[in-house]
Amino acid sequence: MPRTPRMKVSELANPNRFMRMAKWMIPLFAALAAVLLAIGFYFGFNAPAERDQGITARIMFVHVPTAWLALGVYTMMAIAALGTLVWRHPLADVAQKAAAPIGAAFALVCLVTGSVWGRPTWGTYWEWDGRLTSMLVLFLIYLGIIALWRAFEEPLQAAKAVAILTLVGFINIPIVKFSVDWWSTLHQPASVFRLDGPTMHASYLNPLLICALGFSFLFAAMLTAAMRNELLRRRVRTLTIFAANEAR
Amino acid sequence: MMRAVAAILRRDLALSFRAGGGAGIGVIFFLCVVMVVPFAIGPDQKLLTSIGPAILWIGALLASLLGLDRIFGADAEDGSLDLLLLAPLPLEVIAFTKALAHWLATGLPLVIATPLLGLLLGVEFNALCAAALMLLVGTPAIAFLGSIGAALTATLPRAGLLIAVLIVPFTIPVLIFGTAATAVAITEASFFGTAFKLLLALALFSFVIGPVAAAAALRIGRGA
Repeated sequence: MPRTPRMKVSELANPNRFMRMAKWMIPLFAALAAVLLAIGFYFGFNAPAERDQGITARIMFVHVPTAWLALGVYTMMAIAALGTLVWRHPLADVAQKAAAPIGAAFALVCLVTGSVWGRPTWGTYWEWDGRLTSMLVLFLIYLGIIALWRAFEEPLQAAKAVAILTLVGFINIPIVKFSVDWWSTLHQPASVFRLDGPTMHASYLNPLLICALGFSFLFAAMLTAAMRNELLRRRVRTLTIFAANEAR
Repeated sequence: MMRAVAAILRRDLALSFRAGGGAGIGVIFFLCVVMVVPFAIGPDQKLLTSIGPAILWIGALLASLLGLDRIFGADAEDGSLDLLLLAPLPLEVIAFTKALAHWLATGLPLVIATPLLGLLLGVEFNALCAAALMLLVGTPAIAFLGSIGAALTATLPRAGLLIAVLIVPFTIPVLIFGTAATAVAITEASFFGTAFKLLLALALFSFVIGPVAAAAALRIGRGA
């Protein structure tokens, strides 16, 4: 069914406010990310060498925040999917679409850094351990979501299809989180988010948390910028359709 | 309601078994996969015997993934999907029935072919029985999970490869517990271990989430 042009314009009504806010949000988040990551990396890379792992343990200041964010971004995408299907929020699918490649990148960085760390520590780049495998599955689900976005021509139709896929894929998130408890084969269990408190020394925990906050702001900055790009892309698409209709 | 379900089942089975339906292609593809493995890894009979059940699982998984776009794709093309959406039957029931018909036409033949193809790989008799039994439980799970991907891409042309990419991550638990249950059945000669129960649970789970998610996807796909 062809969409009437009037509906296209009303779709852009609310996102205008977002575009105005994005102007100051992107530099603010980017600056916060740069400062926090600078502090976190400085203290992280000056942390005393770990007893068993030596300096290779420092890779966790990248590995752990990206792993958390890979899970967190997917959770955000699942909430955005609900926003698309249930509340019909006009920005929800924009956020969902913009977040998917960033989340995939976090998952990939997590896998690569873990692999680089695993070689000297575990003696292998890759092992089919529960945590590693479920993280790889999460990466594949991210790629599937991106592929489904690109398969549709009409953004609104794609949004709803992707939302359903995102919600179904959410099953994997608790599996990743609890994989270290269910199949404790290789990957160490959680050492920060525990009922009895973190089991990590403050010289590692503090830079780790600062880095996690820094990466979160990095995500916020990238997400806002990607959402703005997506909105501009849709605006261009709508204007092109208008121009084509008028020329007819 | 049962009459309507039976009518859809009969129609879908007739469509897939008659000319142009392509129900048998899956089995031929399964045979192709099983046939190329000895060429790739060499005709080492001992190795083939030990990895045979795993090859059967991979072949069955790939063959199941290939035909998934037919569950809803053909109906979306010729407009009969719109009639099904207008039917007084709940869409979830329709999605369930269509996935079941798809499994009967494409999945069940794979299970039946498993013992024969296993012979080519030199898999022993009890291992053949184990693999066939586990596939009898595992292939419906793959078909019902796959119906989600089929519904999401029903309106897209040439969705076959996309569905496979979307669905493979979700079939990994089925593959893990299916092969684990097969291995347990072979080594310990007990069919009803934990892995088999988990495989059954996954199949039951897919019978619920598959039709519900597929129905939701079909509704939004048609702008309803």
